[in-house]
Amino acid sequence: MSDATIAVSGLRKRFGQTVALDGLSFTVAPGTVTGFVGPNGAGKSTTMRVILGLDAVDEGSASIGGRPYASLRHPLRHVGSLLDAGALQPSRTARNHLLWMAHSQSLTASRVDAVIDLVGLGSTARRKAGGFSLGMRQRLGIAAAMLGDPPALIMDEPFNGMDPEGIVWMRGFLRSLAAEGRAVLVSSHLMSELEDTATHLVVIGRGRLVADTSVAELIGAASAGRVTVRTSSRAEATRALTDAGAAVSATGPDALTVSGLAPERIVELLGQSTVPFSEVAVHRSTLEEAYMELTRDAVEFRTVEPGTGRHTAEATR
Amino acid sequence: MSTTAASYRSSLPVGRDGFAQLLHAEWTKFRTVRGWVITAVAAALLTVLFAYLGTFHHENGGICVGANSASGTCQSYAHPSPPLGPGGEAVTDTYYFVHRTLAGDGSITVRVASLSGRIQAGNGNAVSVGDLGGAPGPLQPWAKAGLILAAGTKPGAAYASVMLTGADGVRMQYDYVHDTAGPAASARSPRWLRLTRSGATLTGYESADGRKWIRVGSAHLASLPQIVQAGLFVTSPQTAPDQQALVPGGSSKATGATATFGQPGLQGGWSPGGWTAGEVGDTGLYSTLSSVGSTRSGSGFTITGSGDIAPAVGVGDDDTPDLTGVFVGLIALIVLGAMFITGEYRRGLIQTTLAASPRRGRVLVAKAVVIAAVAFVAGGAAAAVSILLGDHLLRANGNYVYPVGTLTQLRVILGTGALVALAAVLALALGTALRRGAGAVTAAIVLIVLPYMLALYSALPAGLSRWLMRITPDAAFAVEQTLPQYHQVSYLYTPSEGFYPLAPGLGLAVLGAYTLGTMLVAHRVLRARDAAA
Repeated sequence: MSDATIAVSGLRKRFGQTVALDGLSFTVAPGTVTGFVGPNGAGKSTTMRVILGLDAVDEGSASIGGRPYASLRHPLRHVGSLLDAGALQPSRTARNHLLWMAHSQSLTASRVDAVIDLVGLGSTARRKAGGFSLGMRQRLGIAAAMLGDPPALIMDEPFNGMDPEGIVWMRGFLRSLAAEGRAVLVSSHLMSELEDTATHLVVIGRGRLVADTSVAELIGAASAGRVTVRTSSRAEATRALTDAGAAVSATGPDALTVSGLAPERIVELLGQSTVPFSEVAVHRSTLEEAYMELTRDAVEFRTVEPGTGRHTAEATR
Repeated sequence: MSTTAASYRSSLPVGRDGFAQLLHAEWTKFRTVRGWVITAVAAALLTVLFAYLGTFHHENGGICVGANSASGTCQSYAHPSPPLGPGGEAVTDTYYFVHRTLAGDGSITVRVASLSGRIQAGNGNAVSVGDLGGAPGPLQPWAKAGLILAAGTKPGAAYASVMLTGADGVRMQYDYVHDTAGPAASARSPRWLRLTRSGATLTGYESADGRKWIRVGSAHLASLPQIVQAGLFVTSPQTAPDQQALVPGGSSKATGATATFGQPGLQGGWSPGGWTAGEVGDTGLYSTLSSVGSTRSGSGFTITGSGDIAPAVGVGDDDTPDLTGVFVGLIALIVLGAMFITGEYRRGLIQTTLAASPRRGRVLVAKAVVIAAVAFVAGGAAAAVSILLGDHLLRANGNYVYPVGTLTQLRVILGTGALVALAAVLALALGTALRRGAGAVTAAIVLIVLPYMLALYSALPAGLSRWLMRITPDAAFAVEQTLPQYHQVSYLYTPSEGFYPLAPGLGLAVLGAYTLGTMLVAHRVLRARDAAA
């Protein structure tokens, strides 16, 4: 197992009557951004805290590179984490916040200045962290996670509070970390945030694993066999394709979605019937569509929080 | 998984992962919060400020000379110093002495036939003169009548004596601080006493009948001259001040004692001729009756004396620099100690700390070391400055300041540092166990501040105050005591007078036990519970 691999196995944890983690197992491989997805309260943060040795589990184990977190020397050099960007002493400057962390890992002030530049905090780092916006705190939290130049990273909702420019920067940053061969676990309750970023997904609900899949496979499965046809002669095209055994539905004034036929066969059939068409394309679901498809039947994504009457299934908004 | 990219390897230099790194991190945490640094400095400054103000509190110290009897006010104050004994300590050396010269070895034997008491009429007060003739009254427990052999009649001279006391039997005493108990003996029945000199060795004996003698004790006085003054003495100490007295030490009353002696029996190198009688001492610092003297009665003497031959205790209000400010500084350092950990719980920063250092016990110890070091330096420096400044200002104001040895001062300085350091760590441990600043500070105040306030500033009985200073963390305030407590001097030995029931080291150990116990609980809690924000 690589030094960077994050693994959890059979995690179970209860808070009183509430089951927080219910036999959760998954692995985060180096070189990928793994999206950790589920509605609020699904157990994402608890899982991350267990990996970091902050919370104890009733059963199961978590490891970084095959070793439990508590046994790591200079743990921040093995795994960087961002759990709560607001966890700061407000009267301490951002640079001094990083400095004490650096000292705990035998790192010097020059490394602190390097991560300040890395996240683009610049001269702001000499101001008191208490005056930072949430976006700036997120950048400071990422600087703290990068302090030990770790091969594995764990980030809980890092997009929270970021402006669109920040989100674009964040996506590129996470991709570059994975490209360097680091294992990156990023949680989010909004699937769309992980679009174009995550290459692997771990989906959980109520502390249980719902899916552990690559993004390509997930979208492929959701898109499977569906082809979009754009034509001015919708009726003729529908008749020709239905006769060949396809299921056809109209999705616009000049658009059809066809399933049950390969795209090459559709082009061939339309050509034979001399039906004009402007486009035949394999349908590609968005990540969010794929996620909704995946979780359509899962009860845990439809629950109502007791007392509030508010749907927790924010992922389906 | 299809990705086969080589996993990342950092090029950062490898460093040490030891306790030193953890200490460095916690120290960086402390020094980078300006409010905390200011609090520590303010704690030290407050302590010194109280010591400074304390020197003005007693500006009119000393004893009154030229009292205006009509208005009851004082024209001017004198600041006499008590004499110093052979060991350099302040002493009271006032008694009535009937003596003659002894050269070399010799002995004196006498029968004390009776002992009775006198007491000052009216209220005792250093300011009002009152009637110092006195009237017959109760015999003081530490009234003394017996034999003394002294280097001279100058107050503070080296001596050895054997005596019958008012209520403490026969005693052998020498050089003011040394006291050996002999057999219990009632002052109402006659007693025989004998004091012998053989070179530098002085030995006291006593007998109920003048035939069967018991050795009471002996003293080795190396610096005693060849020629000394020896004979009969009587003295009787002022009463212990009343706890309710508005002016500390102000309600002491002068007392006297009258003893009848048989004919002294002399052996050895005694000077020929008669006896010399006179009062030794009386510096005005100590309340004495004026009706002293001696008369021949047959072949013996009847002697009335007033005063004491003992260490000086509580001769003035301004006798030591004021260290009450240590308590004020302590409160600030307690809050700081609690905040050092509860601040992290409040912000959720504790999870960053524990993620950086998963070995939680070491985190707690590192925090304790840092806060203890800060408190030790603040408390120790403040005590050092308070002592030097207080000493200087008291002397500049003309007050008498007790001689205190350099080692004792060093013990007070280091002890104060240790006291505030242990208290700050106790607060840190409470903060770790309770996780909330308000709860931790409240608990620390109940444990540390409340007993001190009750013992020093409330109308609690002296016995209860002393118990509080034994069993609460405040036992450690014993390190502030500079003057020893003497069982042979009656005084109000209460915490508010600067006397604590435990020895300095033992007092610190009591606080240390509280701190250690709470740290063990804190350690368990920190390890067992999730690092919830």
